[in-house]
Amino acid sequence: MDQRNFTYMFYGFAAAWLILAIYVVSLVSRGRKLQDQLETLKRTLSQEKL
Amino acid sequence: MIDKLLFGVGLASGLYLVRNLYTMLVVLPDEAAQGMIYRIMFFHIPSWWTCFLCFLIAGSASAYSITKKNFRADSLAVAVTEVGLAFTFVGLATGMIWAKIIWGIWWTWDARLTWAFITALTYAAYLMMRNMIPDPSERMRVSGALNVFSFASVVICYKAIDWWRTQHPAAVMSFRTGGGNIDPAMEGMTYHNFFAFILLCTVMVVVRLRQEETRREIEGLRRLAYAG
Repeated sequence: MDQRNFTYMFYGFAAAWLILAIYVVSLVSRGRKLQDQLETLKRTLSQEKL
Repeated sequence: MIDKLLFGVGLASGLYLVRNLYTMLVVLPDEAAQGMIYRIMFFHIPSWWTCFLCFLIAGSASAYSITKKNFRADSLAVAVTEVGLAFTFVGLATGMIWAKIIWGIWWTWDARLTWAFITALTYAAYLMMRNMIPDPSERMRVSGALNVFSFASVVICYKAIDWWRTQHPAAVMSFRTGGGNIDPAMEGMTYHNFFAFILLCTVMVVVRLRQEETRREIEGLRRLAYAG
């Protein structure tokens, strides 16, 4: 019971950290994509003006 | 300046979580009936409190955005909801792992668990719905109304353990029971992890809010490009 107890406690902690880590990674990658889109769009618009 | 502040708060929350991890693993003893598995509660309970707080802020921001036609409040609502949903998944996952040891099952359709699941689905639906409405004003109005009404499911989820005494344990925190149901050191540890989660949550919300503002700017520029 104690070994199983420890293993599942580890799974619980790992699950909590993993979910938050995955979310943070998704935030960072989405942020980069948005910045790229914004830059491209600004460049396109400034070229159109010229 | 804001980036440095965000980094500082993020670092503080990380260090706080590591300090809490040390206390819960090394300082606190095993619980008499549950053994060491009870430590999952130090993540499970604070993650639910964090997501409930997020959904309260999200509902208020949505109500404000609808009444005042304020797009910034709408951005805050979506940012807080998304971060709150991440903490909801932490609450669900940690609860299931604890239940596997204590109840012998991963899941049961008990009143609290069912409402927790409904709450997660409702807020996921809110986020999905936003992607289906192209007009920003319409999106703010329709999805905002859903966000406000979704908070009813949070209230029911919170009170479910008082209204229906089924499988999920009753409240143990002293602010709900008047004390005597939990060791003060274990209760203190729960609050410590809650504060650490709040710090982490704040950083995530600010980052997500800035992304939402960027997305709104992109939307505006695209309209400008098409109009030209």
